[in-house]
Amino acid sequence: MSSAMLELILEATFDTLYMVALSGAVSAVIGIPLGVLLYVTRPGQILAQPAAQRVLGIVTNIGRSIPFIILMVAIIPFTRLVVGSSIGTNAAIVPLIIAAIPFVARLVEGALNEIPPGLIEAAQAMGATPLQIITKVLLPEAKGGIINGLTITVVTLVSYSAMAGAVGGGGLGDLGIRYGYNRFEPLIMLITVAILVVMVQGFQSLGDRLVRKADHK
Amino acid sequence: MIKLEGVSKTYGAGPTAVHALKNIDLEVPKGAIHGVIGLSGAGKSTLIRCVNLLERPTEGHVIVDGQDLTQQDSEALRQSRHQLGMIFQHFNLLASRTVFDNVALPLELMGVSKGEIRERIRPLLDLTGLTDKATQYPAQLSGGQKQRVAIARALASRPKVLLCDEATSALDPQTTASILELLQDINRKLGLTILLITHEMEVVKSICHRVGLISDGELVEEADVGDFFTAPATRLGRDFLNAFLELEPPQALVERLEEAPGEHTHPVVRLAFSGANVATPLISRLARDSGVDVSILQAKVESIQGRTLGLMIAELIGTPETTSQALSQLESHDINVEVLGHVQRNA
Repeated sequence: MSSAMLELILEATFDTLYMVALSGAVSAVIGIPLGVLLYVTRPGQILAQPAAQRVLGIVTNIGRSIPFIILMVAIIPFTRLVVGSSIGTNAAIVPLIIAAIPFVARLVEGALNEIPPGLIEAAQAMGATPLQIITKVLLPEAKGGIINGLTITVVTLVSYSAMAGAVGGGGLGDLGIRYGYNRFEPLIMLITVAILVVMVQGFQSLGDRLVRKADHK
Repeated sequence: MIKLEGVSKTYGAGPTAVHALKNIDLEVPKGAIHGVIGLSGAGKSTLIRCVNLLERPTEGHVIVDGQDLTQQDSEALRQSRHQLGMIFQHFNLLASRTVFDNVALPLELMGVSKGEIRERIRPLLDLTGLTDKATQYPAQLSGGQKQRVAIARALASRPKVLLCDEATSALDPQTTASILELLQDINRKLGLTILLITHEMEVVKSICHRVGLISDGELVEEADVGDFFTAPATRLGRDFLNAFLELEPPQALVERLEEAPGEHTHPVVRLAFSGANVATPLISRLARDSGVDVSILQAKVESIQGRTLGLMIAELIGTPETTSQALSQLESHDINVEVLGHVQRNA
């Protein structure tokens, strides 16, 4: 294999990691609070706001139901507004974040669901404020579940980022399509897929290790 | 210390409304251990959760240490809750925190400094027998140890009242006994007022001073524990007691029991006597004086918080005149007599 090819593969790997890392981080920062909000505003919960909760739930579901490839194209004007361009790696990150936020939010909500309601009640009986319940009970108790959710999100982002080629985002998926498929170079295809497999395995085992460390169950 | 005035709790409205509590009046004096016993669904849990307003009563007042909690805003209520420790059937410990950090939680919530937290928790761990468990996580503990952590946690804010919501129901008999001992110890050492709800007579018998019986959302009976075990005032109270003492007439006899006396029937009675009566040869005296024969079907002597209690199921064999004379003789000796029914002789 030529050194040019090797450089291409390295660059694509870096692009994928860059897209996944940045969109994963931003979507976690926004998605975790959103998931907490979805949970605590439920009827009967510590900050019950049934009407607002329903609206939030519907918006989240809409975000989750749009296929990524369509979302990426549909929000081009917004992407241009945010990063100043509708093509390139940074332009791919915007739709990745938009797609991952509701995903993270629902996974966080699900992790919070696993907390026995008795714990919230015990904290209330101790005179905890809603904010204290969130920071001292909900988040620490759901830590393992949240890390698990973020791992799933990152793995999903790896696969979503493969579609980034549609907006000139680069990355391994794009490389595989352009060289492996369009130019019919099976070796390139094989290498990109292999790197993706290793990447996903790596993220997953890192996530699993962090979950084990967080969980004392 | 705790006073409930006309507390009612209704879920829902209209014809489908569920009246979980109906006009409950309850007073627990300072330093007392007060038990409320009842069957599942009787409203016990709702009752105890109304005391710290985890459930807000639909009507009535909850007064703790002179403060009407039902009138307080949410900030004042949070402050009041520091005066009310609570433990639960399923312990409700945070799995993510060590024993030490679980006990520290209420103090963190109150904004107590780290140094002071350390100082205050050590003696609590000593008191609850957890000194060597401080760095373990709840998952590494047995049920009894978990409840000890929960007790230490409930005591951390130095409350005046401890609420126990079926605190021993998930524990085996031996562990139950050790937890009850700890609660009694705390009651004596710290002068803590304890309100507990349970469905286990054992709990009431071991540590309660007074007991209330709740049924269908109503407090149907209230008595000192010694009196309750001698002579429950209600049918439900007797059922609880009989089930607890396993003092039921033999099944073969129950099938032959008739409610009304007939021409050739004999009364079957349940006798409960306490104190000095236990030591008196009552039965042989009764046989001699009234001329009835006493056939003892079951008998038991129980010790309840230092009081001796004798219980007996017996058939009184004689003529209608002599048996009724025997019954009044028993009652005159301050013996609690309950006629369970009548059986045909030689049926």
